[in-house]
This record gives sequence, C-alpha cells and structure tokens, in this order.
Amino acid sequence: MKRHALSTRIWHWLNLVCLVVLFMSGLTISNAHRRLYWGDWGFAPGQAWLAVPRFPDWMTIPGYYSLAVARDWHILMAWPFALLLCFMWIAMLVNRHFKRDLMTTRKEWAPRAIWNDIVQHLKLNFDHEGGKFNFLQKLAYGLVLGVFLPMMVFTGIAISPGMEPTFGWMVDLLGGRQSARSLHFIFAFALFGFFVVHVLLVILAGPFGQIRDMITGGKSHEA
Amino acid sequence: MKRRNFLVAAGAAFVAGCNKVAESDAGSKLLGAAEKWHQGAHRLLTNREALAPEYPKSAISPYFRGNGSTDPQNGDYPAQAASGFADWRLEVRGLVENPMSLSLDNIRKLPQRTQVTRHDCVEGWSAIGEWTGPQLSLLLDAAKLKPEARFIVFRCADNLNGQDYYESIDLIDAYHPQTIVAHLLNGEPLPIKNGAPLRMRIERQLGYKHAKYLTAIEAVASLEEIGKGQGGYWEDRSGYQWYAGI
Repeated sequence: MKRHALSTRIWHWLNLVCLVVLFMSGLTISNAHRRLYWGDWGFAPGQAWLAVPRFPDWMTIPGYYSLAVARDWHILMAWPFALLLCFMWIAMLVNRHFKRDLMTTRKEWAPRAIWNDIVQHLKLNFDHEGGKFNFLQKLAYGLVLGVFLPMMVFTGIAISPGMEPTFGWMVDLLGGRQSARSLHFIFAFALFGFFVVHVLLVILAGPFGQIRDMITGGKSHEA
Repeated sequence: MKRRNFLVAAGAAFVAGCNKVAESDAGSKLLGAAEKWHQGAHRLLTNREALAPEYPKSAISPYFRGNGSTDPQNGDYPAQAASGFADWRLEVRGLVENPMSLSLDNIRKLPQRTQVTRHDCVEGWSAIGEWTGPQLSLLLDAAKLKPEARFIVFRCADNLNGQDYYESIDLIDAYHPQTIVAHLLNGEPLPIKNGAPLRMRIERQLGYKHAKYLTAIEAVASLEEIGKGQGGYWEDRSGYQWYAGI
C-alpha cells in the first residue's frame, strides 16, 4: 500500500496551485479596500476593526495593482478550488483515509496525551507508533480540510451579491456580508499560517523524502 | 535577507508566469469564461425574481458613501444641479415602439417602490440605504421593447477620465422587481455624490453597475457597438467583469 493515495497526491498539488493563485490575487483585492468590518455594512475608518497593510506588488497577482485582473484570477481559480475540495472529501470518505488517518479518538484528546504530543514535536521527534498521523497532525489536517478550506468557499459565496438571494441564510449565519468578508480574510491567513508551519515541518522531517512521497506515493510503513 | 530575496524572486517568477497566461489568447479567454460560469451558476441556483435582502430602516448606514464620479463638472451638469434639476429629462429609447422623454415630475408620479438594500462596492465596502423610484420594468413596458432587444444600456451625464459613464444589464436583471430608477435616498432627493437626480439600482450586482446621473435608458440588441464594446465604463476602461454578481 502507498503512503499517500493517488487522489490525495493529485488533490494536494492542484490545491496548492489554486491556493497560491487565490491567495496572491486575494492580496490585490485586499489592497482595493484595506479595512475590515463586522456586521452587514462598513465603509469608513471609524467602522473598521482592522486596518490592513498594503501588500507590495511582488506578492500579488497580477504583479501590479489591477483589481479587475486580480478578480479575473480569483473568480477563475475559485472553480477548481471548490470542485477539488469536494473531490477530496468524497475520495477521503470512500477510501477511508478520513476514518483511518484523520479522525481523532477520544483517548487522544486527553490533556496528557496532547501535552506529550507537543513535547515530542518540540523535540523534533516525528516518529509515532500506530496510526499514520499523531494527534497534532490530525488536528491540523482536520482543521484545514474540515474548517479552513470549506469556510473559504462558504464565505466566498456569502460575499457574492448574485448568490445572496438564494444563500441569504449563509450570510446571516456568518453575521452579515462584511463579517463574511472579514472571515474570508481571517481563514485565508489561517491557511497561510498552516502553509508556513507545514512547509517548516516538511523541511525538518526531511524534505526530499517527504516531497518524493507526495509525488510518487511512497511506501506505507505498515506494508 | 537572502531568504527574503529568494521569496521575492520566487513570487516575481510566479507572477510573471501568471501574467504570461493572462496575456495569451487562450488564457484571457479562460479568464473571461470563468465570469460566464459564475453567471450561469447564479442563474441556475437563483430564481430570476429572487430578491436581494431588504433591511429594516434601523439598519440604514449613518451616511452613504459616494464613489467614482461624486461631483460631475462636465457639460451642463453643474448648471442643471444649480437649478435643482428642474429641466432634467430621462429618455427611453433604442429598440422600443414608443420612445419617451420623461421629466422628474413624470417619474415621481409613477407607482413607486421603496427598498432598504445593501450596496456592495467592487472594492469591498458596503453601505445600506433606502431607495425609492419606479421599477424599470414599468418604463420598459410603457415604451414597449421590440422583440430583438437583448440588453438595456444606461446613459449617464458624468464624464470620468474623458469618457462618458455608461452601464448595461440583460433583460433578466432589467425586469427584476428590485431594479428601480431611484430618485430618493433615505426619503430625500438623491445627493449629487450618490447620482442626483436619478440613478439605477441593480440590487443583485456590485456598485459599478448602478449607473448614476442617468439621462437615458436604451434598449439594444448587442453591446458591441457601444463604447468599446465591453458593456460599461469600467468594463471598457479596466476590464472589470460585465456580470458583477460575484
């Protein structure tokens, strides 16, 4: 058995491309109005909860300020991003990757077990007996797949005025359009935070083998 | 510093690649097509009459931000504004059986719709206001659209960066119950920054579709011959999406 299923590998790399384009074009869109608000409306400095810094051109798509072009990219990549996420969830449920590797057990939520996991992480000891992932990995991947990525889709739908007549309940649930916009931003940066930690841990765990396995599938330790 | 340089270089290379894709024929077609997929999905998922949310009066923003043209100085607009728009005319023309020219008084005497709605600017901000005016469908029915009419074009008095503002929508949005020719904001005649004396409300799309300083409503079969052919001022000038429901 392979360490990573083919569906996981395909999704992983295509999703990376989607996320990078969405994030970088999203930074341009953020530059168009650098304030975030809570509730239904907001347009002036006194109403904002956060003044967002201007993101420099080298980290944005396109590499100059064009809201129209950034929206083109964002609107395009939203499609493969959302459809691939659906694909990954179906694949994960069908091939039991979710149940086998990602679902946590009650035992793992015991404070002592969590503490032990953190200590092992800080000692950079990445060997874990039993399942494929330790608790912190399950938690991180579970949050990303179950909360952060889906929330990007939901908050994105909620800030589209053309979707609102049908998905108004979603906007209400998120606390209004400007709240949905703020959450879109917050989850984008939560994903960026995950990306940084993820890459860092891959580097610490031996980047060559890790990346090779995510491409070829590698060999499962259990096999 | 070295790592930062690497990041900058990697970012720049990626952006350059994206720009190459965007500039290629297939790439720009793909980027344009995505807009149509969203429009198709929205139309599939949403009833053509489905309403944008309406709010209680208590939700109205303390003031309503103006954007784009906020004080037109071209043509006779300043003189019109000085006279309180007493001689303002709104033409209904193009592919219609009965072209009309309406005064503000004519418009005020039509059946009115009042709606407290949220205005979403493409930049990201939102404001809530109460708009009053006749439904566009009323004017179109009175003028009687010819069967070949496909789009409604809005002509505006303001000239921005050397070009006359205009916008356009399809007949689904034109006949939407919340699509009104507004002359009141929060019960008062429209302020100049918000489009006095008349502006469109296209509630299921972003702010740049809501043409201000409205002078004419024109029924057309195609948008190709109008402006630079992209269907609106910002669409022509910067490549903004014609369908602004996202």
